[in-house]
Amino acid sequence: MGGVERSIWIVHYDASSCNGCDIEVLACLTPVYDAERFGCIVTGDPKQADLLLVTGGVNNRNVEVLKSIYGQMPEPRAVVAIGACAYSGGVFSECYNVCGGVATAIPVDVYVPGCAAKPESILDGVLRAAAILKERRVALRSAPRNAKKGSTEEGARR
Amino acid sequence: MSGSPNAGPGLTVIPFGPQHPVLPEPLHFDLTLQDEKVVDAIPQIGYIHRGLEMLVEKRDFTDYVHVAERICGICSFMHGMGYCEAIETIMDLTVPDRGRWLRTFWCELERVHSHLMWLGLAADAFGFENLFHATWRAREIVLDVAEETAGGRVIYGSCIVGGTSTNPENETLDRCVKELSKVRAETIRLAEVFIGEPTVRHRLEKVGVLGRGKAYALGAVGPMLRASGVDYDMRRKGYEAYPELTFATMVETSGDCMARAKVRIREIDESLRLLGEIVARMPGGPVAVPVKGAPEGEGWVRVEQPRGEALYFVRANGKRNPERFRVRTPTFANIPAMVEVMVGSQLADVPTIILTIDPCISCTER
Repeated sequence: MGGVERSIWIVHYDASSCNGCDIEVLACLTPVYDAERFGCIVTGDPKQADLLLVTGGVNNRNVEVLKSIYGQMPEPRAVVAIGACAYSGGVFSECYNVCGGVATAIPVDVYVPGCAAKPESILDGVLRAAAILKERRVALRSAPRNAKKGSTEEGARR
Repeated sequence: MSGSPNAGPGLTVIPFGPQHPVLPEPLHFDLTLQDEKVVDAIPQIGYIHRGLEMLVEKRDFTDYVHVAERICGICSFMHGMGYCEAIETIMDLTVPDRGRWLRTFWCELERVHSHLMWLGLAADAFGFENLFHATWRAREIVLDVAEETAGGRVIYGSCIVGGTSTNPENETLDRCVKELSKVRAETIRLAEVFIGEPTVRHRLEKVGVLGRGKAYALGAVGPMLRASGVDYDMRRKGYEAYPELTFATMVETSGDCMARAKVRIREIDESLRLLGEIVARMPGGPVAVPVKGAPEGEGWVRVEQPRGEALYFVRANGKRNPERFRVRTPTFANIPAMVEVMVGSQLADVPTIILTIDPCISCTER
């Protein structure tokens, strides 16, 4: 299991962010910050991902896309909401087309502060989520097989 | 697969996006394919629409700069500046010399950061991971300079109505220019790979060709237009300190993806040269004028962003909250040209073609 702990596959979705947090997420993956030293790589496929990074608030058009990406991810899974918009809508919270933070659509495990969030804090958020993933993996393993689905109520953590 | 309701016989419709590995942003296309060839592309938008233009009615006109900056995090400074300039036109404010030159400094810095970012993403789109990482490493120096002079890495927050809010010391600026000379050396090295490497040329040359007449007729802007041989640059209209600077406009004639890459690579070099000149000639004095009263009337400005010409319009009625704000962004202007280029291309080239217009969906949908 130690190997899996250090091999976190990330899927990134831009809900309605201004791109500021998105390019900082990408900056995390490039040589200066290098998330790969913690075993993180980005995948485009939600079905193979452990961790969902969401930037920006939720609007009426992308709420279904976000739920669908989350739904495709296998358990155990965790969600990191990056930036002020992902928390509450941020500077756009009063806009007519913004419903609010990511938590209005899917359960969130870790919030990363900042507008735009800095790469250091994004990495911190990813590592915190990795710890949560580890707990969930242990819980999944130890749970009786027929009760597997109910044992990891994602929303209960919030 | 050809059972899709929209497709004719022998045609397949495949969705591209909104969550797609090569694009950090949600852009959605319905691509109609005949075998591997794209015969039709229909863009679907709205995934990042927030409605921030309407927010201007709820915000004080001096506070709205923060929202305007967040139209897009990649060209954030220029969005803030465009809004400020529009308000300054209405209120007849004259920004002090140092304020104007500092704004120009940040504009050019943003162009370097944006083009380097684009080069990296383009390399990622055609699967050259190593080049992607090398480009983004060079770009980090630019972000460090931005953080040191303005205060933020991507959202600068240094532009206010009437001037700038931060005033970096001349010694800091001199040191920054020294740092940026490293970026220049690195760009020359990267350009060799981009222009000379056969694998890169194979993916970019003669792909997505946009002719001069089509580019002009479809209203393309920025590097997309200049790569098709039209010499068009809003900076020459003269705003901020540009009338006092001489600079070259980069024009290529072949109109393919490689031409667009070349235009951007040459613009990075020219912008880095301009940054040195701006710092050498940086005037002293105050950076901002006090703002009294509220705007009344209409004002609009055009600025040259990394992606092309952007237009900002503000109408105000003498109250603290303006009535209307409108921005036309370069990606919006480039989408018709992109769709034109995509039709007839190979499916494998679609990510490269989308990337070569340097799409900024956050700007487009606002």
